[in-house]
Amino acid sequence: MELLSGAEMIVRALKDEGVETIFGYPGGAVLHIYDALFQQKGITHVLVRHEQAAAHAADGFSRASGKVGVVLATSGPGATNTVTGIATAYMDSIPMVIITGQVQTDWIGNDAFQETDIVGVTRPIVKHSFMVKRTEDIPATIKKAFYLASTGRPGPVLVDIPKDLTSPALTYEYSYPAKVKMRSYNVVTKGHSGQIKKAVDLMMTAKRPVIYSGGGVVQGNASHLLTDLVHKLGFPCTNTLMGLGALSGEDKQFIGMLGMHGTYEANMAMHHADLILAIGVRFDDRVTNHTSKFCPNAKIIHIDVDPASISKNVAVDIPIVGPVDQVLAEMLEQLEKTDERNDKAALDAWWKQIDAWRAYHGLRYETKPDILKPQQVIESLWRVTNGEAIITSDVGQHQMFAAQFYKFKRPRQWINSGGLGTMGFGLPAAMGCLVACPDATVACVTGEGSIQMNIQELATCLQYRFPVKIINVNNQSLGMVRQWQDMQYQGRHSSSTYEESLPDFIKLTEAYGHVGIKVTKPDELEDAMKEAFSLKDRLVFMDIYVDPSEHVYPMQIKDGSMRDMWLNKSERT
Amino acid sequence: MRRIISILMENEPGALSRVVGLFSQRGYNIESLTVAPTNDNTLSRLTLTTTGNDRVIEQITKQLNKLVEVVKLVDLTEGAHIERELMLIKLKATGAQRAEIKRTADIFRGQIVDVTSSVYTVQLAGTSDKLDAFIESVGEASILEVVRTGVSGIARGDKVLAL
Ligand SMILES: Cc1ncc(C[n+]2csc(CCOP(=O)(O)OP(=O)(O)O)c2C)c(N)n1
Ligand SMILES: [Mg+2]
Repeated sequence: MELLSGAEMIVRALKDEGVETIFGYPGGAVLHIYDALFQQKGITHVLVRHEQAAAHAADGFSRASGKVGVVLATSGPGATNTVTGIATAYMDSIPMVIITGQVQTDWIGNDAFQETDIVGVTRPIVKHSFMVKRTEDIPATIKKAFYLASTGRPGPVLVDIPKDLTSPALTYEYSYPAKVKMRSYNVVTKGHSGQIKKAVDLMMTAKRPVIYSGGGVVQGNASHLLTDLVHKLGFPCTNTLMGLGALSGEDKQFIGMLGMHGTYEANMAMHHADLILAIGVRFDDRVTNHTSKFCPNAKIIHIDVDPASISKNVAVDIPIVGPVDQVLAEMLEQLEKTDERNDKAALDAWWKQIDAWRAYHGLRYETKPDILKPQQVIESLWRVTNGEAIITSDVGQHQMFAAQFYKFKRPRQWINSGGLGTMGFGLPAAMGCLVACPDATVACVTGEGSIQMNIQELATCLQYRFPVKIINVNNQSLGMVRQWQDMQYQGRHSSSTYEESLPDFIKLTEAYGHVGIKVTKPDELEDAMKEAFSLKDRLVFMDIYVDPSEHVYPMQIKDGSMRDMWLNKSERT
Repeated sequence: MRRIISILMENEPGALSRVVGLFSQRGYNIESLTVAPTNDNTLSRLTLTTTGNDRVIEQITKQLNKLVEVVKLVDLTEGAHIERELMLIKLKATGAQRAEIKRTADIFRGQIVDVTSSVYTVQLAGTSDKLDAFIESVGEASILEVVRTGVSGIARGDKVLAL
């Protein structure tokens, strides 16, 4: 057996896990590890400019690839800077391993320089965490960390390693365990066939069914099965913000996103449904509106790998705990065998109703001759990229417009912080997407507020030649905040505008060595967009001025049912 | 409704803080909590009492089960069970009070485990209700100090919570 130092073990274990790229930032407690990284080939380290960005980049990498993203940060401030990124991954169940340096073992608890109890700080936002006590335990701990992060309901796992354990002076025999066995951690591998049968029987009696599917279908790699199921059943299907792309946005049976800013037809269909087949979703408050008024006439079937998701917010009639892909595959098999069929006339009538809702509203908005609407920006982006780009997003109105107007064709094409709603996510996540898919076109839809939260990553993008296309939907305000202030605070724009303090984004971009394109007029947009995407190898920052007064609609009315929505500034359901 | 949840978990540093953290994080309340290693010293047994309606308790048990270090758990209140709590209580015992306290302790099957000229220390085991009743009987005025372990419990009959 080989003798390795703790630092070398970390690097080797990552290689043995199949990791090729990690995202990080050095500092005292991880210097041994950085030295080990320096002396090897096989693992590329991307030096970000802020540890939060390392976490978002690893997260973006994971969302785009389905693999585990890896972060490396030093103790104290390095570790605490990753916290927002860890929480973001946790809320969206993204597999990630975060390795943090810790002060040397005999200093722990002494308030040593750059000491933080990062295991304690992150406890509520990780799937699990480890503090390594002995160098010999490093390989097995890393093995467990990857296993926990990627199985069952995925999530971030933190491994804290004191500096003395990584010292080059001490070497130990290295072997990487082939398997993990943890008596206290058992993941469900199969849904209950009897429950699936019950679900199928119920589905066959439905007259107004809706399939409500979410991020679990994307994370669970079950998009093709969802698509088969939707087509086989002929039911309408809506996706959550996290589930977009699991069923193609161009599919005839897709009725759009649901929830707070969902389409009129999706929210109406949910409210009037008699059966809801919920797949890999968690009945988030941004979907259900007031839970006591949620889908009053529907029986609910819920498939999820996490039993704790079931009946957490909304009581369900038929729970099915299991991996979404396995359950859907078995459901399709059972459907193949059954002689039962849906009442065709009822289903036709239901579709007629849904089409009427679609025709009634859809996602209408009004254009102006002299100023762009944010929706136009997304539509142009969609056209110019042929609907094929990976789109990352920040948080705010621009995010909702992107979700509504870009028709995602496939899973892992839409990368956004849905659960935590983290401004500053988009640009570093786009870097991670480019690591996962170096040949893909990757655009980051952002706002002038969000982009400034991790703008320093423009430097990382230059160093590693990440040709992100930044679509800055510049409404000169914290638009989503402003919208709420318009709607709930009589237009008192408390701290949601910047007066004259917006930077010249074009100069800024150029200072970082990239290309900037400013768009202020509607008729300039399409050509500018084409120009930006023709610069394949360059990062292009498109600073696109849009109407600051635009609101996102539909918007559900707080404490109402799913169908209670504002449809525009003056009209509500 | 009051519930007694008994948890078998890995005897590892940090495991307890995850259980306790879960309760504060998710807004569940803990009324009492006891923990100690079992005969298998890789495992700890933790018993906690909490209150909540069926839905809350279902969430609590599901969330606890999700903690990686939790091996197994049971809601003892779902079946027949035995619960015990131990109390040590220091009481002013002078004059006529001495005999009165002795009598009360006997009725409750408590033992006087330490004595000075003016103080009795009584040890009492039983359900939490019984300990409450004892406290009420001796009266606030004579109590100097109370220490209770919190509830531990075990299912009646053949049922066991073990690996
Ligand atoms: C880190 C963080 N801080 C605050 C918020 C609250 N918030 C949500 S949307 C928003 C405004 C975002 O502004 P901008 O990025 O310009 O997007 P717009 O809504 O204008 O499209 C704010 C402040 C948040 N989501 N994330
Ligand atoms: Mg803005």
